[in-house]
Amino acid sequence: MLLTPEEWTAVALSLKVAFWSTIWNMPPAILVGWILSRTEFPGKGVFDGLVHLPLVLPKVVVGYVLLITLGTRGYLGQYLYGWFGLSLMFTTAGATVAAAVVSFPLTVNAIRLAIDGVDKGIETAARTLGASKIDAFFTVTLPLMLPGILSGALISLASALGEFGATITFVSNVEGQTRTIPLAIYSATHMPDGDAMALRLTIVSVILALGALVLAEMADRRIKIALGRV
Amino acid sequence: MIEIDVSLARNTGFTLTAQFTAPQSGVTALFGRSGSGKTTIIQMVAGSVRPDQGQIRVGDEVFLDMAKGIDLPIEKRRVGYVFQDARLFPHLSVDNNLRYGQRRARHAHSIGFEAVVDMLGIGHLLKRRPHTLSGGERQRVAIGRALLAQPRLLLMDEPLASLDEQRKLEILPYLERLRDDLKVPILYVSHSIDEVLRLADTVAALQDGTVLACGPLADVLSRPELLPVLGRFDLGTIFDCVVKSHDADLSLSTITFADGELRVPLVDRPVGAPVRARIRSRDVSLSLSRPIDVSVTNRLAGTIGSLRREGGPYVNVEVKLANGKLQSLVTLESVDRLALEEGMPVWAMIKAVAVDSRSPTFPVQNEPFNPPSHSAGPNLRLVAGRSLPPGLE
Repeated sequence: MLLTPEEWTAVALSLKVAFWSTIWNMPPAILVGWILSRTEFPGKGVFDGLVHLPLVLPKVVVGYVLLITLGTRGYLGQYLYGWFGLSLMFTTAGATVAAAVVSFPLTVNAIRLAIDGVDKGIETAARTLGASKIDAFFTVTLPLMLPGILSGALISLASALGEFGATITFVSNVEGQTRTIPLAIYSATHMPDGDAMALRLTIVSVILALGALVLAEMADRRIKIALGRV
Repeated sequence: MIEIDVSLARNTGFTLTAQFTAPQSGVTALFGRSGSGKTTIIQMVAGSVRPDQGQIRVGDEVFLDMAKGIDLPIEKRRVGYVFQDARLFPHLSVDNNLRYGQRRARHAHSIGFEAVVDMLGIGHLLKRRPHTLSGGERQRVAIGRALLAQPRLLLMDEPLASLDEQRKLEILPYLERLRDDLKVPILYVSHSIDEVLRLADTVAALQDGTVLACGPLADVLSRPELLPVLGRFDLGTIFDCVVKSHDADLSLSTITFADGELRVPLVDRPVGAPVRARIRSRDVSLSLSRPIDVSVTNRLAGTIGSLRREGGPYVNVEVKLANGKLQSLVTLESVDRLALEEGMPVWAMIKAVAVDSRSPTFPVQNEPFNPPSHSAGPNLRLVAGRSLPPGLE
């Protein structure tokens, strides 16, 4: 299928944003998933709620909160800009942050489920064999939750590819910088002859989503075979 | 010594108050019904469950002292733990499972990889993944993995409970070999009297979260007040014996102990080998005169030590022999008819003797003979079945 250069730009940008937001999401999502699955502390309910807030809030609200905190004049953003000259406004980095924040709770949930599924008894076995808690986590728990990490990554990718509200509110709709596929489709529907473009990008979205699902299924099978579950 | 003195109250209503001391050698069985707190105790020794109060010491190492705020982390305790469900690492090969603890043992290694693999007969499994192993193989690998971590104490939580009879018989000789060849003390949780008889030197009998008795196996198992724990018909007397001779024609062996000799069905141990004879109370009947015209072969002379009323129609009679003693379960009616009382000389007639092997079972091929399979005579019985593990015939 042939796309216009403008459409290719949007596709490439979407993939870039989804990829990097997923990469940045994984370590904190694994940490938070582990905390929610394996620890008890006062205020855990509030912590759990905070983690899930981006999931239940309107995405426009999430984008607005990002704007007033990380924007060039935001509570934190002014220092980023003043001290380091960093600005997320209208940049791909900003779009990546928006996508990461929105997909974070879904990723945490998938990983938390995976950790719940790892038998604590196997971790105890590792400890009796001389492994410290951290050692047991990296050599036993982490490998055993690989299928969960994979599904968490897939959810993160899918959710980042579809992100719209937070992105457009936080970093606007700038071609080549923040105009991902959903934003490009939105723009196309506002143009007089945009129908064909919107349709082509819609088909690309479907192909990307299906491709990701198929790849994830194949990887999941391989991992489960390696773990001896099949 | 292994000193355990712990208490724990769970909000489910379960309370545990256990205090006992076990020797730092041989096998100490924690014996009792399920729910008696056996597993909780060894989880406390391992460090995965913390008591409300108490102390745990192994030799001069303090594992736990709640009063002083000492609670050694699991990985610092150096206990090998063999779980009922093996708990092998599914993502690692057998080889890497075995080496997991070995790699993390920082002190000198006294238990070698080759020796363990040989002893447990798992050399052909090294490249396999845990999910391809049978239950018995899995448990052998789990035992090897625990041993290679160079433990100062081995904890075994019903390692045979999840296996069928055939697999149990396959693994028991390995456990015997472990007990006899290695210097690692073992705490062995079990609710099976047969396993305890075959493996244990010391027994701690538990009921409802308390230790009723702890001591040498023969002492604990012959104490009448433990009837409720051991079950009436399991109670009996244990004698440590030596095989004296075999009579292949009659399919009988003679074993000797401090108070005499017993004729038992052919024992598949060589002459001179130590065996353990178990005589259940209900298999012992009493006679005031020397029994002559009876079919029972095994007769021992003694005097009545004590009479103790049991539930129902039964009386437990303790018969003092020259050195040891023997328990006999008779009816109250018989006690009255024979006018049995303390100090009376009696003859104990023993209808059945169960023989458990007590010695290194290896190498099997050096034994003088293997008994043919035969049905035991009507009066004599061989309880502990013994089959050879594959590859050892």
